[in-house]
Amino acid sequence: MNNAKKNRLKDKAFEWVGIFASVIGILILAIFIGFILYMGLSRLDWDFMASLPSRFAEKSGIYTAWIGTLWVLGLTTLISFPVGVGAGIYLEEYAKNSKLNTLLEVNIANLAGVPSVIYGLLGLGIFVRMMNMGSSILAGALTLSLLILPIIIVATRESIRAVPGSIREASQGLGATKWQTIWNQILPASFGGILTGVILAVSRAVGETAPLIVVGALAYVPFAPRGPMDEFTVLPIQIFNWVTRPQHEFVINAAAAIIVLLGITLALNGVAVYLRHRWQNKMNW
Amino acid sequence: MVKQLSIFSFLALLMFSCGQSPQKDIKIDGSSTVYPITEAVAEEYRSEAPGSRVTVGVSGTGGGFKQFLRGETVINNASRSIKPSEVQLAEENNIGYVQLSVAYDGIAVVLHPDNDWVDHFTVEELKKIWEPDAQNTITKWSQIRPEWPDEEIHLFGPGIASGTYDYFTDAIVGESGASRGDYTASEDDNVLVQGVSTDKSAVGFFGLAYYEENADKLRLAAVDNGEGAPVKPSLETVKDGTYAPLSRPLFIYVSSEGAKRKSVQDFVNFYLDNAGSLATSVGYIPMPEEEYANQQEKFDTFVKEHN
Repeated sequence: MNNAKKNRLKDKAFEWVGIFASVIGILILAIFIGFILYMGLSRLDWDFMASLPSRFAEKSGIYTAWIGTLWVLGLTTLISFPVGVGAGIYLEEYAKNSKLNTLLEVNIANLAGVPSVIYGLLGLGIFVRMMNMGSSILAGALTLSLLILPIIIVATRESIRAVPGSIREASQGLGATKWQTIWNQILPASFGGILTGVILAVSRAVGETAPLIVVGALAYVPFAPRGPMDEFTVLPIQIFNWVTRPQHEFVINAAAAIIVLLGITLALNGVAVYLRHRWQNKMNW
Repeated sequence: MVKQLSIFSFLALLMFSCGQSPQKDIKIDGSSTVYPITEAVAEEYRSEAPGSRVTVGVSGTGGGFKQFLRGETVINNASRSIKPSEVQLAEENNIGYVQLSVAYDGIAVVLHPDNDWVDHFTVEELKKIWEPDAQNTITKWSQIRPEWPDEEIHLFGPGIASGTYDYFTDAIVGESGASRGDYTASEDDNVLVQGVSTDKSAVGFFGLAYYEENADKLRLAAVDNGEGAPVKPSLETVKDGTYAPLSRPLFIYVSSEGAKRKSVQDFVNFYLDNAGSLATSVGYIPMPEEEYANQQEKFDTFVKEHN
């Protein structure tokens, strides 16, 4: 076998390894989703969405859980969006190459790797106890905001960096100030990417259980929250609570709740894809 | 940017303007073992007192006590008694409390259905299997009783954060929290059910309710405590106390602050009136009627002391 043949063989082999690697991930995901749908789909109906938790699995529902999840989601977005995007703009556009800024950057990168339960403890100490918010939706949302801030900051910086330098130079060449350049050129051009980052970060927050349990989210809440200071429960906690019950019917409930949670995540990701697409077509210099 | 600023000030306003209204709410947290009973009571209480707002968390007995002893909750679900360190904390924070038993739970020792050699364990044998010294030395069934097969023994039990684990080690080994470490541990009892039901040489322990829901996949071992014949856990044997030492009472703790509030008094009275039937419906074992009357008396005295 000559060298060229050998190389072609290696090439082919690597292709197959690659295909195998991609297929195995998708296959496992497909089996998992198929299993969940098979178990839970028949349980999923309007009653299930509109019922309060109950000791009878077949009467039990996720009304307070999905409303709680939407509340937490909304507040988390409201809080983390301005702070994260603001920090991203600062670090990318204004920050000088000082020691302090290097320190900031290293720490933000590291924060993205901190286990989520640690954020829960931080939230418990600062928001729940020191700031006296109690185990409220607001305390939970602030905790989750901290959790996803590093992701938003990194995504913002990446999308700002992707704006061609020539645009910046042209804008400043025409006499625009730095702020005008950012507001009128950079942000519109990078907004699709920023939004995608924010939504992906938020859809990660939707699935978080550990930090919310630490902050004091409850398992049984028989009323829908009316304001950000109310106690709350979320879907992942309801699911967690159900899978640990001895009765098999609760496991079916859990599967149905997982379908709803997957639906919310999928919808968020769909919005992200749509926004990215829309903003990409909008920019024409 | 103006919009974002206004969102900020809106949030800041919310933070400072909205206090909580703890007077109306009945906040409960604590053990996930007691949770199903309290959830059932809270559910029934909705029709009894439609305006009430009862919430229940599942932070675990210890995590629940941390909140309870800071005055953040008024009732704590507990699958064990309060610890000396927690009693001390209660004194420091000036929080009075009363312990009320609400139901019994049996801890089942279970085997694979194909295990045909074990009929019962003595408490001594269970200790020999689970004590810390057994780690890496007791690895075969034949080491426990010579006529049992010369095969490996595989152990399954709840994780060390669980009240069931605390109770089991206390009752069997003689010291709460002391056991060998080389066993398969899970906080989710359904995982233990799965483990024991698929491993012929397995032995495990967990709450009786998990055995009853999976009775077709598991075999129950009787326990001999040296006082008469070996006993299997069941509604009767746990209730009359013959399944010893592996049956335990489950508690709720009510704080003195809670006892001052009419809404909490009503809820606890309702709890004690209905705990027996509701405990049965979620897989636990009710106490005898007179025991609930005793608890009611205990609570009434506590309420009087604090009002």
